[in-house]
Amino acid sequence: MLDQPAAFALTLNGEPCRIAADPGARLSAVLRDQIGCEGTKIGCNAGDCGACTVLVDGEPVCACLTAFGQVAGRAVVTVEGIEAGTRSGAALKAAMLARGAAQCGICTPGMLVSAAAYLDRTPVPDEAGVRDALGGVLCRCTGYGKIVEAVLDAAAPKGAEAAAFDGGIVGRRVPRLDGVPKVDGTERYGADGWPAETLLLRAVRSPHHRARFTLGDLEGWRAAHPGVVAVLTTADVPGRNLYGVIPAFADQPVFATGEVRFRGEAVAAVVGDRAAVEALDLAGFPVAWEPLDALIGLDAALADGAALVQANRPGNVLVRGRVAKGDVAAGLAAADRTVSGQFATGFVEHAYIEPEAGFARRVGDRIEIAACTQAPYMDRDDVALVLGIAPEQVRIIPTAVGGGFGSKLDLSVQPFIAVAAWRLGRPVGMVYSRPESIMTTTKRHPGRLAMTVGATRDGRLTAIDFSGDFDTGAYASWGPTVANRVPVHASGPYFVPDYRAEARAILTHSVPAGAFRGFGVPQMAVAQEQLFDELALGLGLDPLEFRILNALTAETPTATGQVLGAGAGMRACLEALRPHWARARAAAETFNATASGSLRRGAGVAGMWYGCGNTSMSNPSTIRIGLKPDGRIALHQGAVDIGQGSNTVIAQIAAEALGVDLAALDLVSADTDLTPDCGKTSASRQTFVTGRAAELAGRALRAAILRLANAGPDAAIVCGPGRVIVAEGEARREIDLAGLAVDRHGYVLAAEETFDPPTSPLDANGQGDPYAVYGFGAHLAEIEIDTALGTVRVLHVTAAHDVGRAVNPLLIEGQVEGGVAQGIGLALMEEFIPGRGENLHDYLIPTVGDVPPVTTILIEDGAPAGPFGAKGVGEQALIPTAPAILNAIHHATGLRVTRVPATPDRIRAGLVGLGGQA
Amino acid sequence: MFWQPTSLQEAVRLLADEGGILVAGGTDVFPALVDRPSPAGLIDLTRCAELKGIAIGADAIRIGAGSRWSEIARASLPRGLAALQAAAREVGSVQIQNSGTIGGNLCNASPAADGVPPLLALDAAIELVGPHGLRRLRVGDFVLGNRRTARAADEILSAVLIPRRLEAGGSAFLKLGARRYMVISIVMVAVTLVPGPDGRIADARVAVGAASAAAQRLGGLEARLIGTDPVGSAPADLVSAADVAGLSPIDDVRASAAYRLDAARELVGRAILQAWEAARA
Repeated sequence: MLDQPAAFALTLNGEPCRIAADPGARLSAVLRDQIGCEGTKIGCNAGDCGACTVLVDGEPVCACLTAFGQVAGRAVVTVEGIEAGTRSGAALKAAMLARGAAQCGICTPGMLVSAAAYLDRTPVPDEAGVRDALGGVLCRCTGYGKIVEAVLDAAAPKGAEAAAFDGGIVGRRVPRLDGVPKVDGTERYGADGWPAETLLLRAVRSPHHRARFTLGDLEGWRAAHPGVVAVLTTADVPGRNLYGVIPAFADQPVFATGEVRFRGEAVAAVVGDRAAVEALDLAGFPVAWEPLDALIGLDAALADGAALVQANRPGNVLVRGRVAKGDVAAGLAAADRTVSGQFATGFVEHAYIEPEAGFARRVGDRIEIAACTQAPYMDRDDVALVLGIAPEQVRIIPTAVGGGFGSKLDLSVQPFIAVAAWRLGRPVGMVYSRPESIMTTTKRHPGRLAMTVGATRDGRLTAIDFSGDFDTGAYASWGPTVANRVPVHASGPYFVPDYRAEARAILTHSVPAGAFRGFGVPQMAVAQEQLFDELALGLGLDPLEFRILNALTAETPTATGQVLGAGAGMRACLEALRPHWARARAAAETFNATASGSLRRGAGVAGMWYGCGNTSMSNPSTIRIGLKPDGRIALHQGAVDIGQGSNTVIAQIAAEALGVDLAALDLVSADTDLTPDCGKTSASRQTFVTGRAAELAGRALRAAILRLANAGPDAAIVCGPGRVIVAEGEARREIDLAGLAVDRHGYVLAAEETFDPPTSPLDANGQGDPYAVYGFGAHLAEIEIDTALGTVRVLHVTAAHDVGRAVNPLLIEGQVEGGVAQGIGLALMEEFIPGRGENLHDYLIPTVGDVPPVTTILIEDGAPAGPFGAKGVGEQALIPTAPAILNAIHHATGLRVTRVPATPDRIRAGLVGLGGQA
Repeated sequence: MFWQPTSLQEAVRLLADEGGILVAGGTDVFPALVDRPSPAGLIDLTRCAELKGIAIGADAIRIGAGSRWSEIARASLPRGLAALQAAAREVGSVQIQNSGTIGGNLCNASPAADGVPPLLALDAAIELVGPHGLRRLRVGDFVLGNRRTARAADEILSAVLIPRRLEAGGSAFLKLGARRYMVISIVMVAVTLVPGPDGRIADARVAVGAASAAAQRLGGLEARLIGTDPVGSAPADLVSAADVAGLSPIDDVRASAAYRLDAARELVGRAILQAWEAARA
C-alpha cells in the first residue's frame, strides 16, 4: 500500500524522475502546473475533447481522467517528448506543419500524441485506421481533412509538395510562419506561461436564469478560507461596472448588482493562492438566491405584458434592422410562383477547444493583460473604462488563441482579472472551466425566420419578403450587428428587384448571443437557400441553373442598391459546380433507383455572399513596417491570428508589396504596445482590410528604400546583414545601414499605412454601400440518409469560393474545410439549450468521423479594393454548408427540414409525417 | 488519501476500513467532479492483480473487472463474444477504451453504458467480493436502474463471467448516436443467436440499452425467434411495436422517447439479421 508517498517515480519523456504531487490529482493538472509540461492542453476535464492526450506505456489516454498516482512506475510521453519518445513523432510534426494541419493549434498536441501511438503500432496505416485513432480528439478549426492527410503523409513520406510556383509570394502555399510552436507544444495560450506567483480567480455564478440575490458575510467567508486573498463584487470595480463590444450598447456588468439576468452571470469573484482556490467548494459561498420567472425563448420575451429584461428596452426589442427597395407586394403579385416558409435555428456554441483564459498584472499605473482574444484594442478600451483609467494605461498582449470564431471578441476573463490585479497589485489569472465557458460566453443567435420569395415562370426572381427575430440573450453583445447584417444579406447573392427584410434582436434571460462566424447570415441562409430550391423545383427548373440565372453580377444592384462592379464572382462559383452537380445528382438518383433498404442519397446546392468588414462603419487597420539597422524588416502585424493565418497571410502581402523574400521579415504580432490597431479579427476583414494596409505599407517602405538608392520602381531589393542591396539591371547599389539615423521605433526607414474600407451609411430603407467588397461562394453537399433511423452522413462537399485573390491557397483550404465542418454541426447536431448540455458530451460537435472529404475550388475574381485583389473567406466558408445539406436531404427524401439541427429524431419524425418512409 | 492496493483482498479491506471512492479507468469518476478537486480518499484498483486478465475456463470466460475496453477489443475470443468486442470498440474513443474498464462500466450503471446490452445478450454474470465473501449475480440482477446497482458499499466487482454455452452463436452490437466517435448512445442493441441443426434459431438473446433506466432483454421477442429463420425479412418485420413496448425511454437532449422506441425496433431487427449472418458463417 502506498500512503501519500513523498514522491512518485516515473519515466517522463524518456527521463526517469521522481515527482512529489497529490497522487489523486488529475495527471493533466500535475503535468501542467507542477512539472511544467504545458503542451498538454486542458479543454474539458471530462475526456470529451482529447486535448490532454498523453501516452502511458505507449497507449494514448486522457490525462484529465488519469490520477497522477496511477502513472507511478510507468512511462509517460507528452507532446514535448514525442520526437524522442515515439518512432513517428518527428515525421508527424513535420507533416502537420507542411499540410497546414495546425490552425489554432490547441488540439495539435492531442492529435500528434494520438497519431504517434497509432503509427507506431500500425505497419500499414490506412485512412479508416487514422480516423479511428483520431476519433477521440476534437478539432474545431480544420475540419480534420488536413490532419488525416498529415498522418498518412508521415507514414509514407512523399516528396515535398513542390507545387508549381511562379515566383510570387502572394499565391504561394506557404506553411504557417507561426506553426513550429504549435507542433512542438511550446505555443502559449491563455492558460500557459503564467508567472509563478500568479493568484487564481474563480467567479461565483448564478445557477438560475434570473434571480435576485443577496450577498452574505463575505469577509467572514474569506477569513474562514485560508489562502483566499480577496472576494470581489460590484463595489470593487474602480471604474464603470459595464462593458460591451459596441460602445453605444454597452450593458453587461462585470458583476451583477441585485439581479442576475442569465444562468452563469457572475456576482462575485474569489481570488487567492492557486491550490487554495482550486480546492474551494463554491457551493458554500455566502449568497442567497431568490429565483424569478425567466423569459426563455422568443415567445416568452415577446408575449404581451412580458417583463422587461432591461428596463430601457420596451417590448424586449434591443434593436431593429431593415432593408427595403421597390414594391414587395407588387413584386410578389407579379410572380408566377411564390413560396413561403418559416424556419428556426437554436443557440450554437463556439466550442473552441481552448476555454477562455489569461492573467493580468499591474505594472505601476498600468495594467497588462495576457489573454486569448480576437480584439486587443477593443479589450484595451473596455478594460480602461472598467478600471477608470486611460486606454493607454492598458496593455493587451494577446496570447495564442485556441479558437475564437467570434466569441473571443467579447470580454470574458479580462474584466475580472483586471479588477483583481489592479486592486491587489499581484498577478491574477483565470481559466474558464468548460461548463463555465459554455454557460456564459456568447452563442450564435437562435433565429426564427419567415420568408416569401417570388419568381416568374422563366425563373427570374421578382421579390423577397423576409422577417427574422433573433434571441440575443440578456445583454447586447453583437445583437445589433446581427440585426443589421441579416437584412442586407437576406437576398442571398442574387438580384432581387423588390425586397423587404426586417430583423429584430430580442432580449431574453438566456446567455448573451453574439458573434459566431457569419453574424446571423448562416441562419438566414438556412431559410433563403431552401426556399430558393422550393421555388426552382416548383417552377420545374434545375436548382443550380436557377441560381446561376439570378446570381448577382458586376452590374446588377444588391438589395441595398449597391452595384459591385469588379469582384462579383458569384456566377463563376456556381458555374464551377456545374460538372460536379451533374455527376452528384445523377449518382444519387441512380443509387436511389436501385436502393432496396433504407438508405437514400441526395445532392444539394446552396449559394452565399458575405460583406467583408463592418457594416457601413469605419473599421480601419494600420500596419507599420520598418527596416532595422541590421537589415531585417520588422512587420508590426496587429491582426490577431486565431488560427486563420493572418500572421502568414499579412506577411506574404507585405513581402510581395515590398519586393523581398518572406525570410527577410521579422514578425511583430499583436500587442497594443507594439502594433498599431488592426481592428478585430472578425467579419472576414483581416486579409482584406489589414492585408490592404500591409500592401500599402509595404509599397511605401519600398518606395522609401528605392528613393534612398535613387533607383527606379522596378529595382530589386535584397536585404543583407547591415545593408540593403538595390539592383536595377546591371546596376547595384548597396546601402550601408549602420551609418543611418533611426526613428523612435528604431528603424532606419519605416512606413505606417492605414486602410479603411470605403463604405457609405445606409439610409432609413437600408440603401447604400454597406461593404466595400463581398465574398461569394457555393457549396454542393452529397449525403446519405438512413430513412429508418433519420441519420445523415455527409459523403462529400464541393466548395467553390470567390476569394478575389488566393494569397495562400493552403490556408484558404483550411478555412473552407473548417467552415464546412462547422456547417455540418449547424445542420445536423449542434444546439445549446440553456441550463442543459454545458459540456462536450451533451453538446456535440463533429468529430473526425463526421466530416467528409472537401474539394475546394478557388475562384479569383479580383476585388479592386483588396490587397492584390484578395478578400475574406473565414465566415463565407461556413454559410452555404447547412442549406446545401438540407437541400440534399430534400433531394434524397422529399423532406423539407425547417428546424435545425436536423437531428435523427427530427428527421425521422419528418419522414414519418411524409408518410412514404414510415 | 490515495491508496493503491495490489491485491483484491487488500482493496476490500481498505474499502471496509477507509470507505474511499473506488477508481479504475477514471472515465466516470473524474468527469463527475466537473471543476471540483479530487475526492480526499481514492482507492486505485488498477494494481490489483486479481482484476486483470481474460481467462477462458471450462464453463465460463472470466473477464477481470479491471480489463480495459481496448484489452477486450484486442483479445482473441469466441465469435459469440463479437458483440461485446464491437461494443468495446464503440465505447467513447481510443483514449477512453485505453482507460475505461468493463467493471467500471457496470458499476457506474449509466443507462447508456455500452457494455451492458452485450453482457445481457450473453447471459453474463458478475462476481462481487466483500468482507463477507464472494457472491455472483446475473448482470440483469446487478444493474438495477439509472446509476443503481446491487453492489453493497463494501463490495468490489471483481470479474465478469460469460457462460460458454452461447459462445458458438453469432452476435451483433449496433450503436446509434448523433455523431461518429465519442458519443453517448441514443439507443444500442445487442443480439446473440445460436443456430440449431435445422438451420433455424435455437437460442436467442436480445438486449436494448439507453431506452430504459437499465438495459433490458426483450424476452417475448427472444421466445418468438426460436425456430425461425430471419433470412430475407426486413428489419421492421422481425420486430413488432409490442416487442419494444416494455422499454421506457426518456426525452433528453439526445433524442425523444418516441424516437428511441422507433429506432430500437429498427436496430433490433438489423442486429438480428447481422447476428444471424454471423451465426451461419
